[in-house]
Amino acid sequence: MTTTAYDPNVVLATKTYDVVGTRPIRHDGADKVTGRAQYGADFRASGVLAAKLLRSPHSHARIKSVDISKAEALEGVRAVITGKDFPESGPDDTVTSSLGTFKAKRVREHCMATEKVLYRGHPVAAVAAVSPHIADEAVSLIEVEYAVLPPVTTALQGMADGAPILHDDVRTTEGGEEKPGNTNVAAHIQYKKGDVETGFAKADIIVEREFNTATVHQGYIEPHSCTVFWNKDGKVDIWNSSQAPFDIRDATAGILGVPLSDVKLTPMEIGGGFGGKWEPYVEPVAAILSKKTGRPVANAMTRAEDLEATGPTPGSYVKVKMGVTNEGKIVAGQAYIAFEAGGYPGSPVDAACQCVFAPYEIENALIDGYDVVVNKPKSAAYRAPGATHAELASEAVVDELAEKLGLDPIEFRLANAAKEGTRRVDGPLFPRIGCVEVLEAMKNHPHYTAPLEGPNRGRGVAIGFWVNAGLQSSATINVNKNGTASLIEGSPDIGGSRVGLAMQAAETLGIPAEDVHPAVVDTNSIGFTVGTGGSRVTFATGWASYLAAEDVNSQMVERAAMIWEIDKSSIEMDRGVIKSKSDPELKMTFKEMADQMDDTGGAIVGKGTIDPTGVGGAFAGLIVDIEADPETGKVSILRATIVQDAGKAIHPSYVEGQMQGGTVQGIGWALNEEYFMDDQGRMANATFLDYRMPIALDLPMIDTVIVEVANPGHPFGVRGVGEVPIVPPPAAVANAIYRALGVRMDRLPMNPVAIMEAVWAKGRSDGSSLPSAWA
Amino acid sequence: MPTKTHVQTRINGEDVDFLCEPRQSLLECLRDVVGLTGSKEGCNDGNCGACTVNHDGRIVDSCLVLGVEAEGKEILTIEGVASPEGLHPIQQAFLENAALQCGICTPGFIVASKALLEAEPNPSEQRIRLWLAGNLCRCTGYDKIVRAVMDAAGKM
Repeated sequence: MTTTAYDPNVVLATKTYDVVGTRPIRHDGADKVTGRAQYGADFRASGVLAAKLLRSPHSHARIKSVDISKAEALEGVRAVITGKDFPESGPDDTVTSSLGTFKAKRVREHCMATEKVLYRGHPVAAVAAVSPHIADEAVSLIEVEYAVLPPVTTALQGMADGAPILHDDVRTTEGGEEKPGNTNVAAHIQYKKGDVETGFAKADIIVEREFNTATVHQGYIEPHSCTVFWNKDGKVDIWNSSQAPFDIRDATAGILGVPLSDVKLTPMEIGGGFGGKWEPYVEPVAAILSKKTGRPVANAMTRAEDLEATGPTPGSYVKVKMGVTNEGKIVAGQAYIAFEAGGYPGSPVDAACQCVFAPYEIENALIDGYDVVVNKPKSAAYRAPGATHAELASEAVVDELAEKLGLDPIEFRLANAAKEGTRRVDGPLFPRIGCVEVLEAMKNHPHYTAPLEGPNRGRGVAIGFWVNAGLQSSATINVNKNGTASLIEGSPDIGGSRVGLAMQAAETLGIPAEDVHPAVVDTNSIGFTVGTGGSRVTFATGWASYLAAEDVNSQMVERAAMIWEIDKSSIEMDRGVIKSKSDPELKMTFKEMADQMDDTGGAIVGKGTIDPTGVGGAFAGLIVDIEADPETGKVSILRATIVQDAGKAIHPSYVEGQMQGGTVQGIGWALNEEYFMDDQGRMANATFLDYRMPIALDLPMIDTVIVEVANPGHPFGVRGVGEVPIVPPPAAVANAIYRALGVRMDRLPMNPVAIMEAVWAKGRSDGSSLPSAWA
Repeated sequence: MPTKTHVQTRINGEDVDFLCEPRQSLLECLRDVVGLTGSKEGCNDGNCGACTVNHDGRIVDSCLVLGVEAEGKEILTIEGVASPEGLHPIQQAFLENAALQCGICTPGFIVASKALLEAEPNPSEQRIRLWLAGNLCRCTGYDKIVRAVMDAAGKM
């Protein structure tokens, strides 16, 4: 174990509770350490067929013909379909989920192309067969004739005059209006505050830098998987690995042209998602195959399919310019952000624009964002989508400004930090936030002042902001006669959320966390609940659980009033004890009241639904020490401390887990991960050998500090915690590399090639000799 | 002509017979033939470790072993780690240390860690990190997993 003279996992608690803030064992734990938990691909339907998809080898091509006859003739094949087997949709038909309203034809074409393929891996046909091996053989017998088109592989390339155009119906949306003209730019977003030119005129120092980041994937360990059965009564059953059961239900129903109430989605346990399991991929395809065969149809993607054909986070081009006075006040900021949406519009560039300058109080700013379709897989959400790209750029520029001013990088940030009442460039006024408290905790952490000795070593810092989501959630609580309760909810548990929700219910009911039994159920068995993402489950479904528990409590008070024959207004319930406000003799525990349910009207069922508005934005900061090898370009992480405002940590261990996991994903993005694309838009590294995510050996322990600045918009002060820790690492690592090697990195990943090119360029520009091995 | 091969093996301490196609991996046989779905498929090419099983005393990615290679061997999967009396100390340590988030990698980590601690009762942090280098976890950043293994080492 790393010897530490300090506590590696600190909680700076501001308020304590009976249950909230403790660390009980998760309710689904025994199933998950014994192999009993059933994930997407573990579901077994009687009579199931295996589905496999034929996917395009080209990133941009017109489909001239598809011949499925040889595949259909193979023994063991039960059905072969193409996009033509899907219901047709008119130009004005739409598909709606919580992600928004989309053209039905685009959503359907994304599941299976009929006209054009827009990325390598785009599905073109599918087979259902008695075994996956026979399905694979049949797929290889399908003959497709393509007219190959020149691809667009970066956002700037897609925006250039004369670029190949992907869609004939994409127009630029700008200020709510569609601009005429065929284009790859699906949206132009602009946010303004003050006057940026006036701001720069006041500045004594201006730094402007450009950054390019590669496409990266969520890299969840469980690939997408589903089983679908189209029953004889027209009802469609889906069992899958999903972050967003209701969203996938709604989108799939839209694609299939059936009422959403005819689709039931049962979420299996989910092996990671990070934003990437929010949209249907194979579900509608398996549904059509099931309808055609009359049997359940299952598909599990291979890892290569998952990397090539599900939504990564975009590659990006970001230019940031910031100006400061000699006194250290940031007076102007400008950002130009272009994101690769992939084959269809919808990158998170808007969120990037909202976040890029959010940690700072800046009077004058101008932000332009562009959503550009390119011949890569359609991007999907990835943990704080858009924020990491944008804040890599702004946090590297902030670091450079601090250096030019001769100021400590944390002090400089503190002097300009956003606080309650600061207006973000995109409009919202910050409520109570913890930006200052996070920076103070970083400054006070022993890591920040610990000696860092030795050549080629450097310490970097950065902070990050993420907006977090609210959105609808529902929960139901059934009280058991023995004084325990079941908590029914619809948020797939990706990181220990069952226990966090059960704890909020338990705290409210005044019973132990172990006495609340949480269950994640199907879409017919709970009220509408938006998916597990946007750092929203502990916040919003937690709030719904709190409301359901409050509902139980008020019913218990009514029952007590009946038993004691007094008015319910004279009864209160506190920490699981129901008591008369005036007569100390009249009191009973939750357990005692539960035991009397049968004689007082039967079961007590509490319900809670919420569409909360008091979302507390989240801040995190990273201190990281690195060592860079100037002869190989390899960067090693020596020490990392992540500091984050959780509002209130319901279960601190799982909050720390989010902070550590997010930090390490950010480190992977910073140092190794990328879609290595050739000039034809083909991914050359679609395996976990070559798409190199961090392994245990790459890392030290990741120390944590949980700051608690209660979110006034939540009963327990919760802020979402899942996403923001991924934001600071790339910038913090880049800033550390600068201190180690004297080079300002301007691209991700900062892999050995990128480091060596930067070192060589520096060597050429300052006349120093190349490192000995390269001389 | 028969298309399947008869395999006689021992899985989790019990004699097991199964029929498989020669092309089926041990992982596929465990999951789809024998019905033990605790071993997970994350990559099917030996890079993620979610399918780790103990194969005659060695930890292997079961996606890289053919089902027919189990003939006469002793296989331990995640389903065989706990005893009727309760969880194995490593399983308990994973729970107490919150060493899992989504849990898909957990079976592989537990099977791999068990082999380490049986061979080396008191490994260093670095030794654990090296031993587990073949098991990918995308949720935890490994901190709590490494701590759980160190915690279990003290309790075995």
